[in-house]
Amino acid sequence: MLYSSVISERFRHPRFFGDLVGADAVFEDVNPLCGDRVRIQLRLADGSIADARFKGDSCAICMASADLLAEMARGRAIRDALAWGPDDLLTRLQANIRPSRMNCVTLPLQVMKGALAAVRAAR
Amino acid sequence: MTLAERCRADFPILERRINGNPLVYLDSAASSQKPRQVIDAVRRYYETTHANVHRSIHTLGEEATALLEASRDKVRAFIGAAEREEIIFTRGTTEAINLVAQAIGRTIKPGDEVVVTEMEHHSNLIPWQMLCRDRGAVLKAVPVIGDGFLDLEAFSRLLSSRTRVVAVAHVSNVLGTINPVGEIVKRSRAAGALVLVDGAQAVPHMPVNVEGLGADFYAFSGHKMLGPTGVGVLYGRRAVLETLEPAWGGGEMIKEVWIDHAQWNDLPWRFEPGTPPIAPIVGLGAAVEYLSGVGMEAVASHEQALCRLTLDLLAKNGDVTIYGPRNPEIKGAVVAFNVRGLHPHDVAHLLDQEGIAVRAGHHCAMPLMRRLGVVGTLRASFSVHTTPAEIEHLARSLSNLNLML
Ligand SMILES: Cc1ncc(COP(=O)(O)O)c(C=O)c1O
Repeated sequence: MLYSSVISERFRHPRFFGDLVGADAVFEDVNPLCGDRVRIQLRLADGSIADARFKGDSCAICMASADLLAEMARGRAIRDALAWGPDDLLTRLQANIRPSRMNCVTLPLQVMKGALAAVRAAR
Repeated sequence: MTLAERCRADFPILERRINGNPLVYLDSAASSQKPRQVIDAVRRYYETTHANVHRSIHTLGEEATALLEASRDKVRAFIGAAEREEIIFTRGTTEAINLVAQAIGRTIKPGDEVVVTEMEHHSNLIPWQMLCRDRGAVLKAVPVIGDGFLDLEAFSRLLSSRTRVVAVAHVSNVLGTINPVGEIVKRSRAAGALVLVDGAQAVPHMPVNVEGLGADFYAFSGHKMLGPTGVGVLYGRRAVLETLEPAWGGGEMIKEVWIDHAQWNDLPWRFEPGTPPIAPIVGLGAAVEYLSGVGMEAVASHEQALCRLTLDLLAKNGDVTIYGPRNPEIKGAVVAFNVRGLHPHDVAHLLDQEGIAVRAGHHCAMPLMRRLGVVGTLRASFSVHTTPAEIEHLARSLSNLNLML
């Protein structure tokens, strides 16, 4: 197996891929290395992330990372989510990621933080 | 013995193993590997000759200058330029194009137009975007149609008396399309426009004669044609170079200097400010000699055969989509493709496990990716050392991918 069973499984069967009805925070960005695009939609309630979905045309690592992140974010305080770093994802992905592919792991995290920042700026 | 069998022994890097497998290097279009002859020329230069060029009145300086200028003569002959003054050394294709964009830029007025194409590498697009933005000029792009050809009727409609520059790739770095540069030059000239040809993917793989093509400028990189990194060439037609102000200032490009003005040096040095990349230029001379020794007609037919084999084998795989012309006779030494359900980066990563190096991504051609409707593609590209067995290995590995991810 190339990456890890977690990545393989989430890439083949993502659980949180799609559109989120009634999202209050939406953001998307591009990985300059490969042009991959990830879009994250969040529904917020009382300082927490009530629900999360992602979309994008991207590699297995990035898909798995986004899917994992959406799962992690659901039900968590915004404050907690803002504190997550790459290691929080890497340990759960259980994969040895090469430096050249680290952007694929971190792009969804940046996009989620971008969505939260956009909401904060709007308020 | 085939051409590849003869050449392979010249490339020390082919002895490397990658993840336990012999290296199968199918990424020469991004940067080619170097034959021993080039590596030796650079090493010999540093071990026996190095000094600054042009301004040193000592033996080493004179020898270094002679070597650099000898490379210029080799390059001139290799691309069929009329005069050595038309060969300007740069750091690469990108710098060559920026040089032209900045030098011509001084003469561009608001409302003037620049024509590029949808298949350009970013390095033949962004410098023109910046020029148009700075000078209030208008940028237009020739559409890509069919299997990856320029829409020449649309091109003619884009040309007008306002067109100042037409910038086009000789060979697309993704589709492999060999563009009809002669025809493009003819129509551009009739409209009064200058033509810059990006030859980065042409010079390494087929005979090129700049006089025959008639272009005003022709740019290419040393590192894609078996030479070192850090050196490129801008060919400029003398009559045009003489009308242009230098793009950049510095040492070497002047004859006489006062505190408030200066007199420019002669061609080609007028466009070569500062200490040039001497060792890479010497290495480029060796690369040109190597390619001339093999013969560019032979290189072109060798790579055409590999292209045909790649197209045939990949077409048998129902999960593979091929981009670009299907006829290897009108194609350079690259084949772009995708594998259904898999991202190009994942495929490249999987192939790397087998020792196979291919390029994956947008290939610095995002507008073309948009036109193809993909985020990226894989690309296999060939050189003198590439063998049919390596292409078969690629095709076999592609059939087994799904089991590996
Ligand atoms: C068609 C084309 N133009 C320009 C370039 C840029 O060349 P360099 O990066 O050597 O300046 C490349 C190389 O990637 C290319 O393939």
